Amino acid sequence: MCSSECDPAKFMPTEQPALDTATVGADLEHEPRLMLATSRPMPLDCGEQLRSFPVAYRTFGSLNADKSNAILICHALTGDQYVIGRNPVTGKPGWWEIAVGPGRPIDTDRFFVICANALGGCMGTAGPREIDPATGEPYGLNFPVITIADMVRAQKLLVDHLGISQLFAVIGGSMGGMQVLQWASDYPDSVFAALPLAAAPRHSAQNIAFGEVGRQAIMADPDWCGGNYVRQGKRPERGLAVARMAAHITYLSETALQRKFGRNLQDRAGFTYGFGADFQVESYLRYQGNAFVERFDANSYLYITRAMDYFDLAREHGGVLSRAFLHNGRATPVRFCVISFSSDWLFPTAVSREIVHSLNAVAANVSFVEVTTDKGHDAFLLDEPELHQVLSGFLDGCATHRGLPRRRRGLR
Amino acid sequence: MRFGPEYDPAEHEDDRPTAEPAIRTDLKLIADMIVPGSRVLDVGCGDGALLAHLVHTKGVDGRGIELSMDGVKFCVNHGLSVIQGDADTDLKDYPSDAFDYVILSQTLQAMRAPREVLLDLVRIGKHAVVSLPNFGHWRIRAWLLFMGQMPVTQRLGHQWWNTPNIHLCTITDFVDLCREVGVVIEDTVILDRFDRVRGHGFGGFANFIAEQAVFLLRRG
Repeated sequence: MCSSECDPAKFMPTEQPALDTATVGADLEHEPRLMLATSRPMPLDCGEQLRSFPVAYRTFGSLNADKSNAILICHALTGDQYVIGRNPVTGKPGWWEIAVGPGRPIDTDRFFVICANALGGCMGTAGPREIDPATGEPYGLNFPVITIADMVRAQKLLVDHLGISQLFAVIGGSMGGMQVLQWASDYPDSVFAALPLAAAPRHSAQNIAFGEVGRQAIMADPDWCGGNYVRQGKRPERGLAVARMAAHITYLSETALQRKFGRNLQDRAGFTYGFGADFQVESYLRYQGNAFVERFDANSYLYITRAMDYFDLAREHGGVLSRAFLHNGRATPVRFCVISFSSDWLFPTAVSREIVHSLNAVAANVSFVEVTTDKGHDAFLLDEPELHQVLSGFLDGCATHRGLPRRRRGLR
Repeated sequence: MRFGPEYDPAEHEDDRPTAEPAIRTDLKLIADMIVPGSRVLDVGCGDGALLAHLVHTKGVDGRGIELSMDGVKFCVNHGLSVIQGDADTDLKDYPSDAFDYVILSQTLQAMRAPREVLLDLVRIGKHAVVSLPNFGHWRIRAWLLFMGQMPVTQRLGHQWWNTPNIHLCTITDFVDLCREVGVVIEDTVILDRFDRVRGHGFGGFANFIAEQAVFLLRRG
């Protein structure tokens, strides 16, 4: 995700700043944090189980009396629970301020918004950087390999803990969209509406290939230390930055890169005939890579990209995606709004259409919109009025069906 | 015509679903054929006028398919369940008997394969409601007879070279097709050029005086 960091005016450094490792999240408290599966361990797809593990989450707005106005937001690969408000690690505003808040499409005046750091993450939820209670040391690679379904299982425990029997909506983009699909498939009675944005029912060969480039970059960094870098007081910053740089290209479109940077040079009149960041696009990617290592854990990156690689919703249902949307032999009761972005080549419109066709095959209730934009995969995080209109309109229609008050006119 | 390419969002600035919308006579006629509370799929739903009417006045579980993305966005922005899709290719996805009614209003003549679309309509729906412009109307016959050119009327407003209506037919042609593929016609309503109902049934002078017709169909 690049969110507000996409603006080239916000990056300047041609010299790479020294990293302030002291601010890395391990030392920060991410409250509220909840211990889940304290009495009964949570089974994982890999065969292992997690017992008494923490989930860090944030809520915004207030839950109504019959607990029918809760919206769960599932964050993307490198996102976190700080959807809105100041992020304590980066000091920046939340990653989805543009769509969430009072009077916004996901209106915190009307809805109770929940967002939890995903399982395997590094912002307070159980992940490779957390302390393994069995050893008193960070898990590192001893953390069990998790899946999208495991992440959703943990979120379900959280939602149960909050006493919410049915979420009004589950919304998420990219990996968050995968979780939305998993939620609707695994807990159809607990979800009224599902909004997968820029999502896919599986990771394609190309998606896995990009994931592997990122993981290899991390593991090739000598400071990765076979995954034990925390214990050895090191961090594979270069490897993680390269992983982020490669991934970041896939979140943008060629048109957007060309429009923003072209072949423009960075603060210099001509070529330096060296390997510094002559081009603006190089400087931008370096900045993205460096900013990322300040807030993200390399092992978390391995685990979460792996979870995305393993995601294949049809596989859990005999290879037939539409069966994921059957509930007691009938169409899922969940109302879907599938949204894709025209210039997204990572999770292109064709795969969203595949989700729609599978929902049609069971005659499920589905809306589908392709937002026209040149901003690529990351468009779901950005200022896309068409997206925000569709979010508002769809949620408003669902609110009517759910018996919630409609949007107040004149706002937005 | 509700066919996608003619849809102009600038014409639709009102916030429709809050009040019962006034809808065109021919759409009202279709709405009258629908039993309240039923499951309805509107194929080629345009700006969703009929779908919104059905949802708000008849409490139907309504869905739509629309070719134009502008139309789809307008519908979804107003809380209707609509997908972007093409009736020619996307109807085959749906299971049989998924809906009580499948509506195809003023669109069959623009399909690449109207025969297959018709069969899909009666397969997916227990009933299908199909409305058509009638190419057998006397004005069209007269136009061709006296002008020697492809007719251009208010309802069929395109030139031959830019019309989306690639499979125009007369009421008699459509009745013949239904017979051939075993589709039962339960009711036919014929309308004149002012959208006034001129009678029921496809016999007699219907093919001469009807500018459009609405058929209630089911599989045989």
